[in-house]
Amino acid sequence: MSLLRAEGLSKEFGGVRAIDALDFEIQPGAVFSIIGPNGAGKTTLLNILTGIYRPSAGRLWLDDRLLAARAPHEFAAAGIGRTFQNLQIFFNMSALENVMAGRHLHERCTLAAALLRAPRLVRAERACRSRAAELLAFVGLDAYERSAADALPYGALKRLEIARALAAEPRLLLLDEPAAGLNPSEIREIDGLIQRISGLGITVVLVEHNMKLVMGVSQRVLVLDYGRKLAEGNTETVRNNPRVIEAYLGAGEH
Amino acid sequence: MLALIAGVALLPLALANNYHYEIAILVGLNAIVCVGLNLLIGYAGQISLGHAGFFGIGAYGSAILTARYGWPPLAALVAASAAAAALAFAVGRPILRLRGHYLAMATLGLGIIISIVVATEDRYTGGPDGMSVPPLALAGFTLAGERAWYWLVGALLVATVWLSLNLIESPVGRALRALHGSEVAAEVSGIDSARHKLLAFALSAAIAALAGALTAHYAGFITPGKVTFLHSIELVVMVVFGGMASTFGAVVGAAVLTALPQLLTVFKEYEMVVFGSVMMLTMIFMPRGLVPTIAALAARRRKAP
Ligand SMILES: Nc1ncnc2c1ncn2[C@@H]1O[C@H](COP(=O)(O)OP(=O)(O)O)[C@@H](O)[C@H]1O
Ligand SMILES: [Mg+2]
Repeated sequence: MSLLRAEGLSKEFGGVRAIDALDFEIQPGAVFSIIGPNGAGKTTLLNILTGIYRPSAGRLWLDDRLLAARAPHEFAAAGIGRTFQNLQIFFNMSALENVMAGRHLHERCTLAAALLRAPRLVRAERACRSRAAELLAFVGLDAYERSAADALPYGALKRLEIARALAAEPRLLLLDEPAAGLNPSEIREIDGLIQRISGLGITVVLVEHNMKLVMGVSQRVLVLDYGRKLAEGNTETVRNNPRVIEAYLGAGEH
Repeated sequence: MLALIAGVALLPLALANNYHYEIAILVGLNAIVCVGLNLLIGYAGQISLGHAGFFGIGAYGSAILTARYGWPPLAALVAASAAAAALAFAVGRPILRLRGHYLAMATLGLGIIISIVVATEDRYTGGPDGMSVPPLALAGFTLAGERAWYWLVGALLVATVWLSLNLIESPVGRALRALHGSEVAAEVSGIDSARHKLLAFALSAAIAALAGALTAHYAGFITPGKVTFLHSIELVVMVVFGGMASTFGAVVGAAVLTALPQLLTVFKEYEMVVFGSVMMLTMIFMPRGLVPTIAALAARRRKAP
């Protein structure tokens, strides 16, 4: 049984086919990477998988059930979380509150309880706060617990987004270029973090240009080019595929 | 919070006469509207240029139900606020999908429609001449006198601020702030942004209507002047000047911009010029508003001994 299956997925932007009749399956527990040159349609694909774009054609199955979600928050409720290539941080909040906001799906809070500060809510808030603090520590940001989000350096913001996505307890976590713009030691930390997330049983979809990272953590790799599947397989087959080498990897490592 | 309670409790020491009390009551009523409006504008990041319309629904709704239909004032006040919330729910659904200028234009249009209805339905509203409104009464006891009204409005302001602070620190308030920070990130975190915007819109509308109804019963008379586009703008200026996403900022903004034109009579004639200038100067010199700017200055001074 696959966790997520896409069939005939397409997305057009005024004649441009960003995703073109794409089929793939993601097995539970795997780190599934998506690579391909800039403009290949990787971000567009993640946007479809999180309900931000509605596909022009095609269908999605989650646990072999047709995914009925429409709005992005319904995709989140179905267990799909993500981070963004261009950061989407709540800069008007603290680092801790960013992660607390990520727990939204797990909070039961009526308007009346919120307005009146019901005792049950006070207890739930305390639990939410400590869970968020644990997640900050999990991604290595415990030092920033009290900081405003806009006081964090770029590399920390990348991990803050991961902590926020984890707060929702997703089954499928989509990471859009988590290592972009990071230095080698930060990339090693992201590498370790992805392995620890995978170790928790969360299925990870990794979109990334850093081949060392991709080849190290992935069980399966999908190569996109002009919205179409150029190749798919384990790291070894993809690395040695002549079409992939020609279109993307080039002569040496990218 | 304690500072606000102390302020409301001690202010009467500085109020020399009924006129001062009257200004304080108007400040309190406007502050209640602004605390509600700030939930929408400051925290959820959604503009409304039509809140005088909801204020007007509260004022005229309660006035018409009591004066023309003989409802008890308390029931009329609650019904009028509920009606404003219901209208906000109904129109909020389509217009809160809009962003930025489009949302501003849509709420502006809503406010203008309400003010036109008030001005033209003169059989109910008295038209441009306005209508008189019975005093607030409960079980035969009539609320009269500046002092009694002061304590009622003061208590309601404290309650509104308390409720608002609670909301902001709750999961609902976090959702509002989150969708302000990044709507797409809020959505993928599972936050139904449309529902939360609607909630803030309807809640702020109900609060504005409540304050409108109280203003009508307090003044004993209501004219369409308080339902105009200009009054909507005044309310927004109070929120922006005091400080967006600052509940106490909304109170301070309402206090300064309500009291100043009353106390300095020169302002009265140039009221809109003053409001316009305040808006421009705020945007240029302290875009975050008065209270957050002062708070940031104080924090910096504390850090650098
Ligand atoms: N919202 C949009 N409107 C129009 N074209 C878009 C939009 N989003 C993506 N595209 C186009 O779709 C193609 C794929 O883009 P994208 O998914 O961002 O690629 P990648 O993430 O692989 O670099 C590009 O040609 C891009 O210009
Ligand atoms: Mg991309």
